[in-house]
Amino acid sequence: MKAKIRKIATFVEETMREMDREISPPTRKAAAVAVIENPCAGKYVEDLSELMAIGEELGEMLTSRAVAALGIPGMSAESYGKAAAVGENGELEHAAAILHPKLGTPVRRVLGKGAALIPSSKKRGGLGTVLDIPLGHKDAAFVRSHFDGMEVQLNDAPRANEIMVAVAVTDSGRPLARVGGLTKDQVKGEDGLR
Amino acid sequence: MPEVIVRKKLLCVEEIFHEGGPIAEKPLRRAAMLTVIRNPFAGCFVLNIAGFMDDLKPLGLEMARALVAALGGDARIVEGYGKGAIVGSAGEIEHGALWHVPGGYGMREVLGGAKAIVASTKKVGGPGTRLDIPITHINASYVRSHFDAMEVGISDAPRADEIVLALVMTTGARVHARVGGLKASEIKGEDGLR
Repeated sequence: MKAKIRKIATFVEETMREMDREISPPTRKAAAVAVIENPCAGKYVEDLSELMAIGEELGEMLTSRAVAALGIPGMSAESYGKAAAVGENGELEHAAAILHPKLGTPVRRVLGKGAALIPSSKKRGGLGTVLDIPLGHKDAAFVRSHFDGMEVQLNDAPRANEIMVAVAVTDSGRPLARVGGLTKDQVKGEDGLR
Repeated sequence: MPEVIVRKKLLCVEEIFHEGGPIAEKPLRRAAMLTVIRNPFAGCFVLNIAGFMDDLKPLGLEMARALVAALGGDARIVEGYGKGAIVGSAGEIEHGALWHVPGGYGMREVLGGAKAIVASTKKVGGPGTRLDIPITHINASYVRSHFDAMEVGISDAPRADEIVLALVMTTGARVHARVGGLKASEIKGEDGLR
């Protein structure tokens, strides 16, 4: 393992009711978050390939953990997202190096498919920084019922020389989705958009 | 007494490998289960509320079982526990106190008769309120290595007429515990204290 991991947290959120209506089956989201040492903290590093490699292994591990937390096969996942929070001695580009070049491929391998762009967010912050992980349908970004987000937070991370890396996976869209648009049963799943 | 109406659940599992010191042979795991229920007494003063504790017992058991499952399924792995409640703004702190009996009962039942009092905290607050749930050893409150706390919260709960009920279980001492005091290996286990 290239990443030096201090802790890993998984969150599973299950919604049974919304506005007094029963949600059946409940909508479910899971996020797995790793808190790792930032090897580039405190100095300017031109070549960020070390962080890119870390992104690749975290993509595999965090997606596997999120899917396991939902107790579903990867193929049954419906939407996904990713995010990173860099501690104060790092730069936003460190989050970009983890999230963008190599993290996506293993995510898609674990989920069987994933034609759509993986929506992402990133920020720099102190301990207790809240990450809002954007969510979108994994095969067709335009599926309106699956535009969503999941909030994760760890009170003791990221420390100054750490990065928090998160992958979120769901088996459903929003609880009472009713604003039209492309529906999941209309997905072609070829171009990642529709 | 009123029925228990659940809106959502959040399960959070942390795996802690180190905190700047040597990497733990067995990582510490801490799990929290939060359930958002409707507060049947919100909005007005109700004198007789105690009967609701019985209604909450099945939920306490269910949450305790979910925590044991999240930690691997064997109750014998659990060494620390705690509980808490966040009451929405249309309720009173006394409504949070309804959780003492069913929350504690659920965990003791599932853990096979843990002896120590279950450490707890509660507050009134709005959506996103964070709660620091105190944690102590399940059989002897004075075990110093197991004094801990886990911060929990849900961005959209509790709403005014809701209560967030929480249970926490852990698998061991703080990851680099080294401030002396009663050790887990020295427990007599008679009075729940030492």
